[in-house]
Amino acid sequence: MSTITTQSSVLRVLRVVTIVALVLATVVPFLYMLSLSFVRIDDLLRDPLRVLPALDRITAETYREVLASEEDGGYGFARFMRNSAIVAVAASALTVALVVPAAYALTRLRFAGRSQVSWLFLAVYLFPTIIIAVPVFVGFQVLGLGSSLVGLVIAYIALTVPVSVHMLRNYLAGIPESIDEAAVIDGASRLQILTRITVPLAMPTIMSTALYSFMIAWNEFLFALLFLSAKQDLWTVSLGLTRLADGQEVSKTVLMAGSVLLTVPIVILYGVAERALTEGLTAGADKG
Amino acid sequence: MASKLRRFENRDGVTLVAPVVLVVAAIIVVPIVWTVVLSFQDARYVDVARNGLFNELTLDNYADVLASPAFWQALLTTVLYSVATTVGSIAVGLVAALAFRDRFRFRAPLRAVMLLPYVAPVVATTFVWQVALNPQYGVVNAFGTQVLGWEHPVNFLSSAPTALITVIVYDIWRYFPFAFMFLGAALTGLSREIEEAAVVDGATPVQKFWFIVLPQLLPTVALLVLFRMVMAFNEFDDVYLLTGGAAGTQVASVRVFEQLTGSSDIGGASATAAVMAVFLGVALVIYLRLTARQREETR
Repeated sequence: MSTITTQSSVLRVLRVVTIVALVLATVVPFLYMLSLSFVRIDDLLRDPLRVLPALDRITAETYREVLASEEDGGYGFARFMRNSAIVAVAASALTVALVVPAAYALTRLRFAGRSQVSWLFLAVYLFPTIIIAVPVFVGFQVLGLGSSLVGLVIAYIALTVPVSVHMLRNYLAGIPESIDEAAVIDGASRLQILTRITVPLAMPTIMSTALYSFMIAWNEFLFALLFLSAKQDLWTVSLGLTRLADGQEVSKTVLMAGSVLLTVPIVILYGVAERALTEGLTAGADKG
Repeated sequence: MASKLRRFENRDGVTLVAPVVLVVAAIIVVPIVWTVVLSFQDARYVDVARNGLFNELTLDNYADVLASPAFWQALLTTVLYSVATTVGSIAVGLVAALAFRDRFRFRAPLRAVMLLPYVAPVVATTFVWQVALNPQYGVVNAFGTQVLGWEHPVNFLSSAPTALITVIVYDIWRYFPFAFMFLGAALTGLSREIEEAAVVDGATPVQKFWFIVLPQLLPTVALLVLFRMVMAFNEFDDVYLLTGGAAGTQVASVRVFEQLTGSSDIGGASATAAVMAVFLGVALVIYLRLTARQREETR
């Protein structure tokens, strides 16, 4: 009995220590980012250990500088954010439009090639993205989509489709098929079943699928690097931040403000839909 | 009535799936085939631009890749990096999931916060790490030299072997939430009855974990190992953004990138990627065989 009580009390303490340590480890880098984005660069260079700026030294000039367009002496992040938003919204809307019918067909209909489709999607993960990105870039150049946001959107759809199909298919498999059959008896067509029954029932998962692809598109870096490097007016936030960080001329605290601007939209969206997203991604994990 | 819809089932199914399949085929499958074909050609960008895919076929690229010490070094680095980040992120994720298993105040918001490293943009988090670890103005080195009494600032990202270790630590930090999320879901799915019975029989908490909880989590762990290994093996962003592949961190996909952009050696890069994919494929088959046997035994 005594081993049980000692083990239990040791574990109770360890558990608290673990939780505190893990929460600090995840949060501190983000707080550091936020804090440095309000610091003047000469203050950072003088005393790197002073993470929180003194109250009278706090500046929001970093944000003005990073957001303003080049003509106004800034770095154009407002435009980068607009580009990222356009690409991410378009990619997630189109992904949903493509994936909902496909997931419906994969769970409800028997057709030639059904099982091969699932294997096709797995192939995506066997090769590094870089090896996919270069031929796509060359191909898009030929089609005139090479250095454009349209090309980027198409590439992002392909990147998010496999996981999105998986998320939606798991959810649809859990909706009883008898609902569809009842609709058929009432004379509904396939399209009516899809738009009037499947879509409303699956709305929460559709939203988390949309959110997932928005995040992938907003965060993506490699395709943007290959496609848009030469065209500064089309840069996404991720690309803009890395390009500017490569040089020496932009101060690090200004770029910290840029990182905050890159991160905040994702954190807000994630905060709104955290539950739906994690449940969507882990669906089926407990079945082993 | 229903038979009318059944009649068109095949046609409807194909129609509904076709758009997705076309996009994936055009953006993923065609490039992979393109890569495999080019890996058998001595091609540079000019040749591809002039002749498309119809250059002379050769095995030279594969001979070059297999004879190159840099390739084997990159393979070794990739394997080290993948195994370390996979094991590390799953271990930390498991500890986190266990710590968060029982209810406590603020559990839900704290759990949400713990997923931040995984959902936040990789460009932003690598940048923060770079600044924090910088020898001149980074907080870590300032703390180390001023408080802990280090003699010199540490070049975390630009000297071997610390660079590789730092990248691995970063990736454990970034990906443990992924394991945490899945293992947390698996833990909620477990029935508590067996554990309660074991407690009645006098099992200690450690025994309870080792003999009852862990075996039930193994299928999820096996799945996570698979996911993480494949993703880590092909990882590009994290390494490229943190170190650019310098100081002993050149993993395979960074090497492929450098072959493509630096020396514009498409054939060589394609061959490197193809050989790596074969390695990964073989590893996957072995792993699936092993875990399949495991699954049979537990049944």
